[in-house]
Amino acid sequence: MSKRKIRVLIAKPGLDGHDRGAKVVARALRDAGFEVIYTGLRQTPEQIVNTALQEDVDVIGLSILSGAHNALVPRIMELLKEKGMDDVLVLVGGIIPDVDIPFLKSVGVSEIFLPGTSTEEIVRFINERVKK
Amino acid sequence: MIDNIEKEKERWEKETLLPYLSTAPERQNEFTTVSGRKIARLYTPLDLGNFDYMKELGFPGEYPFTRGIHPTLYRGKLWTMRQFSGFGTPEDTNKRYKYLLSQGQTGLSVAFDLPTLMGIDGDHPLAKGEIGKCGVAVYTLRDMEILFDGIPLDKISTSMTINAPAAVLWAMYIAVAEKQGVPKKVLRGTIQNDILKEYIAQKEYVFPPNPSMKLVIDTFEYGSKEVPLWNTISISGYHIREAGATAVQELAFTLRDGIEYVEWAIKRGLDVDEFAPRLSFFFNSHNDFFEEIAKFRAARRMWAKIMRDRFKAKNPRSWWLRFHTQTSGVSLMAQQPYNNIVRVAIQALAAVLGGTQSLHTNSMDETYALPSEQAVTIALRTQQILAYESGVANTVDPLGGSYFVESLTNSIEEEAWEYIRKIDEMGGMVKAIELGYPQREIQESSYWYQKAVERKEKIIVGVNEFVMEEKERIPILYIDESVAEKQLQRLREVKKERNTSRVKETLSNLKKAVSDNENLMPYILDCVKAYCTLGEIMDTLREMWGTYQEPVQF
Repeated sequence: MSKRKIRVLIAKPGLDGHDRGAKVVARALRDAGFEVIYTGLRQTPEQIVNTALQEDVDVIGLSILSGAHNALVPRIMELLKEKGMDDVLVLVGGIIPDVDIPFLKSVGVSEIFLPGTSTEEIVRFINERVKK
Repeated sequence: MIDNIEKEKERWEKETLLPYLSTAPERQNEFTTVSGRKIARLYTPLDLGNFDYMKELGFPGEYPFTRGIHPTLYRGKLWTMRQFSGFGTPEDTNKRYKYLLSQGQTGLSVAFDLPTLMGIDGDHPLAKGEIGKCGVAVYTLRDMEILFDGIPLDKISTSMTINAPAAVLWAMYIAVAEKQGVPKKVLRGTIQNDILKEYIAQKEYVFPPNPSMKLVIDTFEYGSKEVPLWNTISISGYHIREAGATAVQELAFTLRDGIEYVEWAIKRGLDVDEFAPRLSFFFNSHNDFFEEIAKFRAARRMWAKIMRDRFKAKNPRSWWLRFHTQTSGVSLMAQQPYNNIVRVAIQALAAVLGGTQSLHTNSMDETYALPSEQAVTIALRTQQILAYESGVANTVDPLGGSYFVESLTNSIEEEAWEYIRKIDEMGGMVKAIELGYPQREIQESSYWYQKAVERKEKIIVGVNEFVMEEKERIPILYIDESVAEKQLQRLREVKKERNTSRVKETLSNLKKAVSDNENLMPYILDCVKAYCTLGEIMDTLREMWGTYQEPVQF
């Protein structure tokens, strides 16, 4: 049986439209050999989790720059749990104040990638953490 | 003379340069700008060819305005120091405005929160977590009244960064002025109102391109008659650059957007010389010092040509490219944030040497959050040091005549014309946007840059070189959820206190005006005065026009 490619959903929750980071990461992950799906802008937590379910992804990467992470991320984690998708690796990238990081990790986010992170670092993290 | 220089340059290369290089080679094979433009070792008159001073530069205050739109530039009046600011509740931001004005800032610039930018109220489900976070929350006229409480609108000029719902927020500002007893005729300021760059770069669009453009032209028409000192648009390259464009792409897409607005306004039947003097521009000042200065100079020269030759504008003021500059947000780094003060100073210097009319200097902490009072004070002081200590404001266009800067100005202009021609061939900017063309070009550039940084072809101090372990972070401004509670409370109060039948009436008049294809500004003004909410007004338009979904590509 041929090995299945790692499937990643890149999502932009919230109202913010700044998608430079999301698109650069999406493309870098695709170039690294992952199967990448990008949701497009202004997705609700419900839409993101539904897409993740339909696309049967291993990883969800959330790009948030607006400061709405404390409202949006826990809701997404809650919905994932409801759908029995606790094994999906959830990553957050963007502008996240230090004081919010422990909270986001406590609700189940595996890693938070802050400004200055190289795309190689994200690729390495996913390769190490996704169970094959 | 040129022949002689050519001969002498060959001799110099053989006798002086080559022997030197054999013992002291250059650090890199190739030197490039932040946009990937190759830079030569040396620039001489040879790079300028048949340079015609009067044709290429002329005198400041005269066509083609390469050296500046005013004859004395900053010797007459310094640039406006305008810090973009807004956070939390209107009370919070009002306090910050009064502080900035007390510290010598000379104009206001409003940053709205994301619900406001997207034309929804704070009680909309999508507003959850976003209220007051990226800017100040303004959902009804009541919020706008508080925002400018105690600030005399006849004495100050105000810039508002608002796009899809620009007409509504502008109407609120006009209504507040009226309540202060200030007539529309004397109001000075700017609404960004540049919807095209939203489709291209920042993505805060609501309606599809065609009705969006109609609304923009409504503001042009209304403004030129009723609010004659107001800049009804700030055609913006800033966000295009932040999304990853090169300097040339920023310049070309911005000017082509400008052309699109002028074409639509003329199609409406407006006289070009009536509205063109109220068009203003907004550019980014990025890290590459000389490339940025050349970009600003090329922009002025190109716009003068566009307005005079392409649109046959007669009034020299229609030829002016007046612009605001903001230093580059994406160039700021979270690592070793104090370094950002230096980056901002260099970028601000480029903007001043490029002849900007107004300037926002970013604060060092903006990779983390909206700026703290301390950080924004340093940013403002940076401008004041440039203005009062450095001597750069003493003469007009000090870099004019530099072989390097003139050569850069020429090649940036040439490459930008190439893009403009391409978009003309596609049938204009709305068409190009629908084809995803500028979006794709920008994505390519931003991906190239990211890879260049990761390969260390581009060095970022403190990020991919000169890295250090950092223990302490700088203090940042934190917006908590109490802001949302306050704003929602006020929204409920306004809805309870207002005259509901007047709300229904003004909204239904607006709807009818859309059907009848009238200029919507007077109707929107009636709506805001009746305390219709931003969301209610925008929903009325959404119902009529639908919303836009961009094709997803990466």
